[in-house]
Amino acid sequence: MSKITSLADLKKRREELKNGLDIRIKAIDPENVVQVKVAMATCGIASGAKTVMEFFLEQLERRNVAAVVTQTGCMGYCYAEPTIEVKLPGQDPVVFGFVDLKRADQIIEKYIKTGELVDGIIPVNYQTIDLKE
Amino acid sequence: MKELSLNILDIVQNSIRAKADEILIKINESPANDIYQIIITDNGSGIPEEILQNITDPFVTTRTKRRMGLGLSLLEYHAQLTGGGLEINSKVGKGTEVTASFSFGHFDRQPLGDIVSILIVLLAANPGINFIYKHSTDKGEYRFSSKETEEYLEVESLYDRTLLEEIGWMIGENLKAIEASGFELKERNKVAF
Repeated sequence: MSKITSLADLKKRREELKNGLDIRIKAIDPENVVQVKVAMATCGIASGAKTVMEFFLEQLERRNVAAVVTQTGCMGYCYAEPTIEVKLPGQDPVVFGFVDLKRADQIIEKYIKTGELVDGIIPVNYQTIDLKE
Repeated sequence: MKELSLNILDIVQNSIRAKADEILIKINESPANDIYQIIITDNGSGIPEEILQNITDPFVTTRTKRRMGLGLSLLEYHAQLTGGGLEINSKVGKGTEVTASFSFGHFDRQPLGDIVSILIVLLAANPGINFIYKHSTDKGEYRFSSKETEEYLEVESLYDRTLLEEIGWMIGENLKAIEASGFELKERNKVAF
């Protein structure tokens, strides 16, 4: 494949793709898809939250899970970083701690796909992180 | 944090929390002048004077979840190790500019690291924010703007894995072309699994 070095290349490649496949025009309604929030403050970043977030971005799409991956600030569980919050549609959010790539894989395969809980859950009661700040 | 790019990700979080909708990340490097500078400018809510005075004190934070903030302290520490320093200018209601200056050739200056993946993570997680990335070296300058890219491609958001990956390649190729130092391009599609 030729190198992409400018916006024009990028656009050209988009158009090639469009001809080959159907590019989904995504109008995601966050309420109806899985929401993954990665805690990305100093504590999270220092423990590898960036790698975890990349993993979710890539693997959820690859494994055909309709999801939105975003970031949030520190949830106050610095000892358990990287932490992520997963909200399945219509359910209360669940916070997982000590999320390395192995656990991230389990979270996708077990919790997100089948609803089965996996290790590392931080029991919390709250409404939403954003509003409480 | 072993890479400057992780520090950048950290500082940008402050801008996001300050509700900025335009964030400029600028890197100026010049081995000839022994300068390596990271400048992060946002149009967020700004920092009040009384907090600004001792902002790099780890026990100063506006957070309510915990009473410490290490982001700016860490960056200042890394800059000071190389004989440089941190400068913060801020106006309430206007925005904030953080400038970290390093000595280019100093042994303790960390490499930039995987800046491309930092940008991808930021673009994916914050669709409403216009991220502008400028990198200048002795060889030239590269500029990327997420808003301009959206407009050029006529898409509403860049949240699409293939598109983000391609944007990553594009930025990477351009950084290679201006010989940006210390940045590494992760081999994508080859995450641990």
